[in-house]
Amino acid sequence: MIAHAIFFYTFSIIAVVSAIMVTVSKNTVHSVFFLILDFISISCLFIMIGAEFLGMIMLIVYVGAVAVLFLFVVMMLNVAQQKNQWFASAASSKHIPVGLIISTIIFFELIIVIGGWKYKPEIFDINNSSKVSDLSNTHSLGQVLYTDYIHIFQISGMILLVAMVGAIVLTFRQRSNVKRQSYIKQISRERAEGVSVVEVASNKGVKIDD
Amino acid sequence: MEYLNIVFQEVYKILFLLVPVLVSVAMIVWLDRRVWAFVQKRQGPNVVGPFGLLQSLADALKYIFKEIIIPSSSNKVIFILAPIVTMTLALIAWAVIPFSATQVLADINVGILYLFAVSSLGVYGIIMGGWASNSKYPFLGAIRSAAQMVSYEVSIGVIIINVLLCVGSLNLNDIVIAQQNLWFVIPLFPMFVIFFISALAETNRPPFDLPEAEAELVAGYQTEYSGMMYAMFWLGEYANILLMCAMGAILFLGGWLSPIDIYPFTLVPGAIWLILKILLLFFLFALVKAIVPRYRYDQLMRLGWKVFLPLSLTWVVLTASYLFYFNLLPTN
Repeated sequence: MIAHAIFFYTFSIIAVVSAIMVTVSKNTVHSVFFLILDFISISCLFIMIGAEFLGMIMLIVYVGAVAVLFLFVVMMLNVAQQKNQWFASAASSKHIPVGLIISTIIFFELIIVIGGWKYKPEIFDINNSSKVSDLSNTHSLGQVLYTDYIHIFQISGMILLVAMVGAIVLTFRQRSNVKRQSYIKQISRERAEGVSVVEVASNKGVKIDD
Repeated sequence: MEYLNIVFQEVYKILFLLVPVLVSVAMIVWLDRRVWAFVQKRQGPNVVGPFGLLQSLADALKYIFKEIIIPSSSNKVIFILAPIVTMTLALIAWAVIPFSATQVLADINVGILYLFAVSSLGVYGIIMGGWASNSKYPFLGAIRSAAQMVSYEVSIGVIIINVLLCVGSLNLNDIVIAQQNLWFVIPLFPMFVIFFISALAETNRPPFDLPEAEAELVAGYQTEYSGMMYAMFWLGEYANILLMCAMGAILFLGGWLSPIDIYPFTLVPGAIWLILKILLLFFLFALVKAIVPRYRYDQLMRLGWKVFLPLSLTWVVLTASYLFYFNLLPTN
């Protein structure tokens, strides 16, 4: 039990500290790296409460794919060395009230959820979950996801697909006069088309590229 | 006292796994260079030790005594972290590789997901190294490699789904035991070929070694590295290659199972069979390096997204329909 507690506090301290560092670090690339550290420690916490599938999916999806794209964008935009004068500048100070309101709303939502969990446990039907405890994590998740929640699951997949197609449609430009390479043409080129043996007369030469 | 005992036992087990992996990484570098040389009718490293077997140790010694140069304009913390990340990620994945039904360090339920997650984290070592060097060639190499590894991960993931459909479990030992009658390389042969090629791309091996294309980018993300830090990149890369070979052996070639289920062959320990299968796959890796010319970058992307992804997705539908129609879906 002591070892469990030590690991729990280690990971949660790392998670909280890196979450703070995401917002306060001056270098944008550094804050993405702290975000990755945060993801990793949270997936460790998931694994510690026995949600191994969720933890691994968290690693694969968020750390392995999403954060790579974050890093990519931040590095390409070259905003790494920005001056951190956010609070001082007049232009950005009007964002602060909006941000404060949003964060207050989120804070109260969290209080409602955690408070309900703590003081009215019957809202969250814990007894239901004990039925499938003999199955492995992946099995029990699959049994719920593909039966009771199949429509929600499929709809969320469709929403993601629509978002992806929409992003491609919005940013797609048909550019004219760009030289494109046709793989079929390149691969199916025969020797006879490319090479020709010419008899060259003395002192005349050959005209190429006509 | 009890805790200490458990900790010591685990440390002993981990060392018993990691030291052979590190030694075999050194040997595998020698094998790679030898195979490469023989294909080109050269001798390769044959001076240090018998058959040149100690060449890698001599190289490692040289790297240890070289000076580590840290560029003054680099981001020093991340610059130093990058090779450490590469090396660590390449080594922690070995925790779940089963060497026989019982010889496995961590027999976790989601073993294959763990392997996939760790191999997808491998891109960070390269991005960190490329960005922190604060120089043009490493940065270009890192960007190229990030795009390449993310692309090929997708097709590897779909191929893993193919195998999992036939197994019905994410545990690596279950995957091996499911192949007792028939190795998955036979029914899923096209997937094996795609997995092999994707593994080449995922580990930045030739013909997909664009992140370090010598002709264009000097040495890609490792241009600014020297001494032991360069050696750590190098070790991590080869440990990753071995890991990919082990993954291929477990997913398609029956892991620690003996190829023929007859009396004298079943006496050989499973670890030997697994090592032989890994070596076979690595031999193919080394041959490909010597035989195939490097891909152009747009061709590489096209191969990943327009050829491998549709092919492996179609194969998922095929496998699922076949298993469903003939009522062969694994249940427990």
